[in-house]
Amino acid sequence: MDTVATLDHSHAGHEHKASWWRTYVFSVDHKVIGIQYAITALVFMLFGFILMIMMRWQIAYPGQPIPWVGQFLGDANAPGGIMLPEFYNQLGAMHGTIMVFLGVVPLAVGGFGNYVMPLQIGAPDMAFPRLNMASYWSYFVGGVVMLLSFFAQGGAANSGWTSYAPLSIIATSGQTWWLFGMVFLITSSLLGSVNFIVTIIQLRAPGLTFMRLPFFVWTQLVTAFLLLLAFPPLESAAVLQLMDRLAGTSFFMPSGLVVSGAAVDVSGGGNPLLWQHLFWFLAHPEVYVLILPALGITAEIVANNTRKPLWGYRVMVYSAIFLGFMSFLVWAHHMFLTGMGTAISAFFQTTTMIISIPSVVILSALVISLYGGSLRFTTPMLFALAFLPMFGIGGLTGLPLGLALPDLHLHDTYYVIGHFHYVVAPGTIFALFAGIYYWFPKATGRKMNDLLGKIHFWGTFVCMNGIFFPMLIQGLAGMNRRMYDGAEMYQHTQGVLVWNGTILTFAWVMGLFQLFFIVNFFWSMKKGAKVTSDNPWKATTLEWATPTPPPHGNFVTPPEVHRDPYEYSVPGAVQDFTPQNERR
Amino acid sequence: MEIPYTVESREDTGLNNVKLGIWLFLASEVMLFGGLFSSYVLLRVGAETWPVGASILSVPIAAFNTVVLIASSVTMVMAWASLKMNDFGKFRLYLGSTVGLAVLFLVVKAYEYSDKFSHDLYPSESTFLAIYFTVTGLHALHIIGGIIVNGYFVGPGSKMWKTAPEQFTNRIEAAGLYWHFVDLVWIFLFPVLYLL
Repeated sequence: MDTVATLDHSHAGHEHKASWWRTYVFSVDHKVIGIQYAITALVFMLFGFILMIMMRWQIAYPGQPIPWVGQFLGDANAPGGIMLPEFYNQLGAMHGTIMVFLGVVPLAVGGFGNYVMPLQIGAPDMAFPRLNMASYWSYFVGGVVMLLSFFAQGGAANSGWTSYAPLSIIATSGQTWWLFGMVFLITSSLLGSVNFIVTIIQLRAPGLTFMRLPFFVWTQLVTAFLLLLAFPPLESAAVLQLMDRLAGTSFFMPSGLVVSGAAVDVSGGGNPLLWQHLFWFLAHPEVYVLILPALGITAEIVANNTRKPLWGYRVMVYSAIFLGFMSFLVWAHHMFLTGMGTAISAFFQTTTMIISIPSVVILSALVISLYGGSLRFTTPMLFALAFLPMFGIGGLTGLPLGLALPDLHLHDTYYVIGHFHYVVAPGTIFALFAGIYYWFPKATGRKMNDLLGKIHFWGTFVCMNGIFFPMLIQGLAGMNRRMYDGAEMYQHTQGVLVWNGTILTFAWVMGLFQLFFIVNFFWSMKKGAKVTSDNPWKATTLEWATPTPPPHGNFVTPPEVHRDPYEYSVPGAVQDFTPQNERR
Repeated sequence: MEIPYTVESREDTGLNNVKLGIWLFLASEVMLFGGLFSSYVLLRVGAETWPVGASILSVPIAAFNTVVLIASSVTMVMAWASLKMNDFGKFRLYLGSTVGLAVLFLVVKAYEYSDKFSHDLYPSESTFLAIYFTVTGLHALHIIGGIIVNGYFVGPGSKMWKTAPEQFTNRIEAAGLYWHFVDLVWIFLFPVLYLL
């Protein structure tokens, strides 16, 4: 980090002569790393989506060969193109793992956080540029390990993305690959989160006080703290699970365990619930890692496209901090049915109800921000506007799950799947799409095509609801998740099985609509309408005060901040926006 | 391009980047070992029987290792203080001693491990031995990490003293904070595993 600064200094003035490898592959520039993160994450998301399409085919048409794709899966996974239950389990575990750890979080934090945050605080780069590079490559290696695990003996991890013990201990070797992959991903997130926090605290431009930070930066700060403190317990859990798998210990193996009619030969005395506690201690804060950056992106775009300041900025900031703190105290609401005791359930049910308050506050503030604004219905704004009710549905459907009593009925049903996908898919992913359309002109100097963007939006919006709303209905009817035949064997689910076909149709149609995005993304890079100003959206925050695209080192002259982040439509001002670095 | 506050402190936060970074890293390490200690507590509370550590492990050896590690922490501080007093020769001596003591710790630890193995006491034997080997093993990995970092600063990394003495001193301070943390973890491990 420090040497790099010295190195660059000695090369000052002719940095463009850095080799192609140093510029585009092993770059220490936060913007290049951000784009690397974003593109890798988008590729993983597409891959995770394809896994899901195969699963949905199996659910909709159990026992029927998968058209065309089936022949490539191999006899071990799908003889004659018909998916085996073991392979379905692999797809399920890897879909979750890939979407959360390799897709959404790297895009939201590694991608947007890396690219936008240092620009918004007026910094020349991240505080530790080389750690930043190490973070990306650690993530990359973790991703490769996860992908390679499909070729392991017995295939990829197949114990769910939650890897519950003791199932995961007796699982095939793919689980070991999964654990090693997670160690790389955890290292990546550790390096990233230290870097983010130091950058935000230390490298803010003069005058940029904490209460002048754009809300996006606040969400990145809270997110980084969650990653910093919640991931290590999962790392210790991964170490314990590795020991159980490789050294024959019994951390998660109870005494007297019988598998397939035979007693398991272990010393016993372990506790399967311990894994769940350690796992959810990470995985619940992880939910807020998924959602906070999305709220941040939405806030930026809402303020910019309503042409007025955010309503209740301070309350939003305090809510985000409170949300981050509380997210460490709710994990066991995933475990109401484990028999951990009613007193503990009551505690976690109470904290869960409390944590819903700051979420509602932030969402309400964003909705109220729309009131009285002169809305510009740009493509990013459409996605941001859709985010609000979609995340709202996701949040509200979570309340019954947070109460121990209704959770008895809803636990492990498709209602849960519908709930958290509403939060992450039409929620977070909409915000991420919004962010791509919004910051694309800054990164490339060209706007993405508006017509293609709107087709992408409306197609995705309709299909998302077509996919996930039926799941809520199926779940209420008691249809279990993780059933490889789509639960067709149960009497009580017969009435809702028809939705399986509907969901599959919407899923692949939504896949087709993503083509509009992919084409638009690459076409606009080369042929999109050039932006005529550094600030095409007429925004107030500092990232728009850089040249387009920003060079290594970002700002031509170090910026100074004189104002709050969202000074839109200030009475008496010359324009309807006053940038943060404009003198009073 | 120069990153601000890599060496000097920022006025309103009173910190430089390295110091804040290392403290955040240590916070995450606290959570890592916190997860393991919590697991220990939960497993022990749930167990029907739990051996007294001293009946399986050797308290005198571990007590000796504790002294070794505390001594290495002392020499670590002396190394940093020597830099502050501009005495590079003493710095090398003290930091070299820290590395030497760390290696001694590992040698003793390796002897302890092999003694257990020779009596057929493996991690798979009981939950107590499982947690013993896991936690001390992870701690040993941290010691190895410290040896690599400190060894680098005694050897090739010490060239920086000539070009950027203040930055080099900051690096030693950060390495020292990490080393004290590793020491501190052992101070918790010793009574928990051997005495309680």
